Amino acid sequence: MDIPWDILIIQTVNGIVTGMILALVASGLTLIFGIMDVVNFAHGELFMLGAYMGVATLATTGSFWLALVVAMIIIAALGAALQVVTLRPLLGRDPLYTILATFGISLVLQNYALWQFGPVARKIQEPFSGQFTLFYLQYPWYRLLIAGLSAAMIGGLYLFLKYGRYGIWIRATTQDRVMAQAMGIPVPWVHTGVFAMGAGMAAASGVLFGPLVGVNHAMGLDWVLKAFIVVVVGGMGNLGGSIAASIFISLLEAYASIWVSPSQAIIVSSVVLILTLLFRPTGLFVPTPK
Amino acid sequence: MSLSRHASIYWTGFAVTILVLILAPLVLPEFWRRFLTEILIWGLLAMSSDILIGYTGMVSFGHSAFFGLGMYGAAAALLMVKPPNLWLAIVYGLAGSAAVALFVAYFSTRLRDIYFAITTLIFSQIFYVIIFTWTEVTGGENGLAFSRPGFGIPGLWTTPFTSTTLHWFVLAVVAAAYLLLRRLTQSPFGMVLQSIRENEARTRAIGYPVERYKMVAVMISGLFAGLAGVLYAVQNRFAAPDFVYFVVSGEVVIFNVMGGIGTLVGPIVGAGFFLGLREGLSRLFPYLATTFNLPYLAEFPYLVPVGIIFIAMVIFMPQGLLGFAKRWLNR
Amino acid sequence: MNPSEASAQPLISVEGVHTYYGKSHILNGVSLDVGRGEVVGLIGRNGVGKSTTLKTIMGLVNASAGRIVYDGRPISGLPSHKLARIGIAYVPEDRRIFKLLTVMENLRTGLDRNGVSEARKQELLEKMFAYFPRLAERRGQAGGTLSGGEQQMLAIGRAMMLEPKIILLDEPTEGLMPRMVSQIRESIEVLHRDGVAILLVEQNVSLTLAASQRV
Repeated sequence: MDIPWDILIIQTVNGIVTGMILALVASGLTLIFGIMDVVNFAHGELFMLGAYMGVATLATTGSFWLALVVAMIIIAALGAALQVVTLRPLLGRDPLYTILATFGISLVLQNYALWQFGPVARKIQEPFSGQFTLFYLQYPWYRLLIAGLSAAMIGGLYLFLKYGRYGIWIRATTQDRVMAQAMGIPVPWVHTGVFAMGAGMAAASGVLFGPLVGVNHAMGLDWVLKAFIVVVVGGMGNLGGSIAASIFISLLEAYASIWVSPSQAIIVSSVVLILTLLFRPTGLFVPTPK
Repeated sequence: MSLSRHASIYWTGFAVTILVLILAPLVLPEFWRRFLTEILIWGLLAMSSDILIGYTGMVSFGHSAFFGLGMYGAAAALLMVKPPNLWLAIVYGLAGSAAVALFVAYFSTRLRDIYFAITTLIFSQIFYVIIFTWTEVTGGENGLAFSRPGFGIPGLWTTPFTSTTLHWFVLAVVAAAYLLLRRLTQSPFGMVLQSIRENEARTRAIGYPVERYKMVAVMISGLFAGLAGVLYAVQNRFAAPDFVYFVVSGEVVIFNVMGGIGTLVGPIVGAGFFLGLREGLSRLFPYLATTFNLPYLAEFPYLVPVGIIFIAMVIFMPQGLLGFAKRWLNR
Repeated sequence: MNPSEASAQPLISVEGVHTYYGKSHILNGVSLDVGRGEVVGLIGRNGVGKSTTLKTIMGLVNASAGRIVYDGRPISGLPSHKLARIGIAYVPEDRRIFKLLTVMENLRTGLDRNGVSEARKQELLEKMFAYFPRLAERRGQAGGTLSGGEQQMLAIGRAMMLEPKIILLDEPTEGLMPRMVSQIRESIEVLHRDGVAILLVEQNVSLTLAASQRV
């Protein structure tokens, strides 16, 4: 068989780029789940609204970087508000109810966006164009930037969790919520903070991803599904695992789309999910099966 | 309240409700007649899901797959076999949803709670993608259109359905399904399911093969959901991938929660409540827009206020509309 | 034992508290007082609700009736993290240190508070390490790798980081070797000398009788 090496390499790069964005989205989801046992259905919508905020800011200020920062701040605030209003009252109840509540939020946000912004996709301009030659193709620099920025943010998150004072609070709360409270850590606010952080990260992904596709109200749905697959395959609550899983799955999908259409590529990820559930239900990338 | 007194009140209530539903199409205009039938069909779907959510304690976001396969199965029968045969449609539809249910049951039942919910969600999306892209067989995005079969025995005697007679047929099916499911939940099998819901570990410790029970529960739930799909296909004469999309599953769960999980009847009420809100709000906003001259309000999506109501109910009224009657309805 | 500094008002006063676990009426009108700097012991058979009393005071379990007054303020119903900040520290049975955090990070959960200068933090740390030198040696290690006795020391040390006025100690010597037991007893004495009140729940009756001023 004639192996298309050049396409493979291009798809590898594509896979890594998409994988990094997915990792950014999934880390937020994993963090939220790990600390609060909340499956945030609305995560995709936070991603989507982040992209829209980016569009709006870009339109008024013309600066991509400003758009990125503003979107993150606004959506983080939105996330915090949502958590306080809808999720705090549900603390301690059956986790089913948080899934339902976040599902409700996702419906509301999605439809609101549809009404507010209309069904036509918007575009975010890349901060710089310019491409370099990768084999016979012109590969945009911007995509590498996305991967780099996402990696930087995830790296920042990791450092924050490991060394920051609030990082210790977050890790303590994840391990033992009750004792953390007994040590004076204001756990309800830690929850809000983490949710806000996750939301901010989703928003950043939305803005970063915006130039690659159109920004429209339904863009969150696909991502949420993939992010869920990633979180399960990577091990729920396992940050390193989600990142590895994101890249793994994105690579697989990128290779698969050489032969099948992209919408069918999700079947690939689903197969991975099924296999994981059958053989390593705690997650493919978990160091030791618990 | 003594058992026999309870029984007499219950059955009287049941009879009255059925009577009302029988008479309704005779007095309602066409649109509302169909609307009522739709409520019953969605109610059946929600009721099937209640077996899992309310009685076994497993939240499924995959019911759109069962529903959709029932729909497409019926479509297959109605398109491939001439003359269109109602009973064959039901058989094909049930077969389709049973196959899906088996698949889902096999992979998902060993998972707990959240993982189960997420995997059923992802599975229903897989089926969506398959149906959406396998255009030659499923008609892809456009779905399949077919004609409505008549009631009777094809070849011997059939009479076409009118919206009223179809309504009665659907009512009969849904009522029968309700009675069947009720019998089931009150049987020893149903008791084990509820015990699984209350405390899975203990049920397993007593010696019940919990996984097997769960799988059967998923199969039963899937079958009745498929039945709802068949009815929908018969009523609307088309099958489309939209119904397999996971949002439909989510809406089904909303019906369940709004109506009251674990009551069997609650989800039907929940479906009615939701659909009623949808109709009402869809008319309200354009009306407000024209009366107050706020044109942008005309398109305001009904799901925003409905979603907010839903969230509020989850927080403040998690037992649902009929939740207060849960014990009573289950006696 | 040293006579306690008699103060007119008890530091903590539990009055007529009832607590339920589900349907089980565990605490039935429990009342007790702990004065400032006093060491008070609670002994009794298993299951009478000694741990539950501590948990109720700490806000980990809700009392359905009764009052708890701390330093003149009623505190029933306040969330645990507020109680920790006003000076009530809790050391649970089975220690419950953060296993995946290092010793130092465990201590920081109590140490990182607003209004505490770096100098004071260092002071507290050094004082605590002086009593528990083993912890100083292991400060970079993950909590889960410590032995039972070391974990208990960490749990107490962590509580000390809060500079509490009272420590609620639940079964500190459970499962420990005799050598460790006396070390724990010494640490209780040290805390008492520093003026920290202690409400002690223990199975080991002799220890409790020796360490406490009232039982």
